[in-house]
Amino acid sequence: MNTLLATNKLDITVAGLAICRALELTIDPGQCWGILGKNGSGKTTLLHTLAGLRPPDSGIITLLNKRLDQWSRRDIAKHVGILFQDNDDRFPSTVMETALIGRHPFLPAWRWESKLDQQIALDALAAVGMSEFESRIVSTLSGGERRRLSIATVLTQQPDLLLLDEPTNHLDVHYQIAILDTVTQYIIHGGKSLVMVLHDANLASRYCDHIVMLYGDGKYDIGSSAEILDANHLQRLYGHVVHCLPGPNGDFFIPA
Amino acid sequence: MAGYQPALMRGPILLIALALLAPLSFIFALLTGSVTTSWQDLWTVIDTSSSGVTHNIITELRLPRALGAFATGGMLALAGALMQVLLRNPLADPYILGVSGGAAVGALGATLAGVAGTIWLTGSAFVGALVSMFLVFALARGEGSWTPTRLLLTGVVIAAGWGALISFLLAIGPDQHLRGMLFWLMGDLSNASAPIGAWLILTVGFIACIPIVRQLNVLARGELQASALGVDIAPLRLQIYLIASLMTAAAVTVAGSIGFIGLIVPHLVRLIGVNDQRLLLPAAVLLGGSMLVIADTLARTLLAPIQLPVGVITAAIGVPLFLLLLRRGYR
Repeated sequence: MNTLLATNKLDITVAGLAICRALELTIDPGQCWGILGKNGSGKTTLLHTLAGLRPPDSGIITLLNKRLDQWSRRDIAKHVGILFQDNDDRFPSTVMETALIGRHPFLPAWRWESKLDQQIALDALAAVGMSEFESRIVSTLSGGERRRLSIATVLTQQPDLLLLDEPTNHLDVHYQIAILDTVTQYIIHGGKSLVMVLHDANLASRYCDHIVMLYGDGKYDIGSSAEILDANHLQRLYGHVVHCLPGPNGDFFIPA
Repeated sequence: MAGYQPALMRGPILLIALALLAPLSFIFALLTGSVTTSWQDLWTVIDTSSSGVTHNIITELRLPRALGAFATGGMLALAGALMQVLLRNPLADPYILGVSGGAAVGALGATLAGVAGTIWLTGSAFVGALVSMFLVFALARGEGSWTPTRLLLTGVVIAAGWGALISFLLAIGPDQHLRGMLFWLMGDLSNASAPIGAWLILTVGFIACIPIVRQLNVLARGELQASALGVDIAPLRLQIYLIASLMTAAAVTVAGSIGFIGLIVPHLVRLIGVNDQRLLLPAAVLLGGSMLVIADTLARTLLAPIQLPVGVITAAIGVPLFLLLLRRGYR
C-alpha cells in the first residue's frame, strides 16, 4: 500500500513554543487519525503544517512519496482538503456557490463548473443534510448549518487526505455522529485518509484508529487508539483527572 | 437541483438587462442638453455624410463625453469590486489606498507650476497616481509579505498624507486657479474629450481579470481557504492590486475623483443577488458605466447653463442609496 503522507524528524515551533520535536508520522490509506491535546498545544498548527500552509522549522513532509515543498499549491489541493476551525464570510454568497468552490483546484482557469461538478457538490450537501439549502444565502444559516456547509465544501473537493480541525464545533449530538459517520464512511470505502483535531476523547475512540497526543512542550505520543487512548494518557495530556467507564464498544472517558 | 436553477439563471438575465441599459444611457446623453435634439438626430452618429450644428454637437461634444463617462464609470466600478476582494473589506473603494490623492497632488502641482495644456495636466495626474501606487506597494510590502490589514493601513495613511498636501496646495494657490482645482477634486468629465485611452485601459484591465476571476471567488472567502484550494496568494494579490490601481489612476486622470461609483456599484450588483465574480465584474462595469453616463448628463443639464461637478450628482444619488442598502439589513 502507498503511504499517503509521512513526516520525518518534523520540528514545529510557534512564537518560541515547541509544538512537536522530531515527529514521525506515517498515514496510510483507510486510516483515521485523531489529534488530541489541550488548548494552545499546537493541534491546528500541526494540521496546517501537514496541509503545506506553513513551513515546518525542520524535517521533511512527503505527500505520495514526494516532498511537500516541491508540490505546487494547486496540485496539493487536488489531494489534500482541509476544514478550518472558523469561517470568515465578508461577502454574501449562496450555499451552492460556497460548496462549489471545492471544485476550484480541478478546473482550468477558463472553465465553468460542469454538470458533474454540480452533482458532486449536491451529493456532498445531501451527505451533510443540507439538500434544499442550495439557494440560501450563507449569512442566514445557523452556526451548525454553516459548519455542515464547510464540511460539504471540503467533501466536494474529494481529497485523498482529509484534514478536519474540530469538525464537531457548533454541531448538535445528532449531527456530530451523523457527520463523523459520513466522513469515516467516505474514508474507509474510498481508501482515503483522515486526520482530525478533536476535543472529545470519546469521539476519538469511536472514530479514530490512530492517535497523536501533543503535550504542548514538544513531546508527543503516537499509537493506535487501543494502545494509548486510556485514562492515564488522557490525565497526563489534559492535566485533569479522567475516569474510565466500561461501555458496549469500549471505555467511556468522563472528566472528574 | 430545482432550487438551484433560478439562482444560476439570475446572473445572465441581469447581464442582458444591463447590456440594454448601456445603450439607453447613451441615447439619454446624446439627446439631452441645452440644444434641443430629436430622435432623428441620432442617425447623425452613424451617418457620416450628415453635417450641421446638431451633428457637431452630438458627435463632437456629447458622444466623446458620454464615451469618456462610460469608460470612467466602468473602470471605477471594476476597481472598486477588485479592491473589496483584495482588502476583504466591503467598504473599500478605488480611492482608499491613496491613488486619487496622488493624482490630485500631481495635477494641482502642475497647475500651480503654471503648466498649461490638458496633456501636461493629465500627464502629471497619471504620474502622481502611479507614484502613489508604487509608494503604497513598497511601504506595505516592507520586509515580509503584505497582509490586507497592512496594505489597508498603509494606503489610508498615504491617502491622508496626500489629503494634507492637497489642502496645502489649495491654501497657497492663487485664487483664480481655485475654482478649476476644486472642480477637479470633485470629479468633472468636461475635459474627457479623447476617451480612447480610457477605453483601452478599461479593456486591458477587464481582459487581465478573466484568467483570475474564479480565484477571486475563492480569495473572497479568506486567504487560508484560498491557499488550501490551490491559489497562490501573493502573485494573485499583486495582480489584483496592479489592475485596480491602474484603472483608478486612469479614471482619476480622465475625470478627477468621482465618488461613490466604485463603492456603490459592486454592492448594488450583489444586492440583486449576483455574488459570483465571473458575473459580478462584467455587471459592475456595465452598471458603473451606465450610471456615470446618466449622472454626467444630469450634471450638465440640471442647472444649465451652470455645469455641476458630476461628483455632486453621484454623491446625491449615492449617499441615500447606500443608506437605504444599509437599512435593508445588508450583511
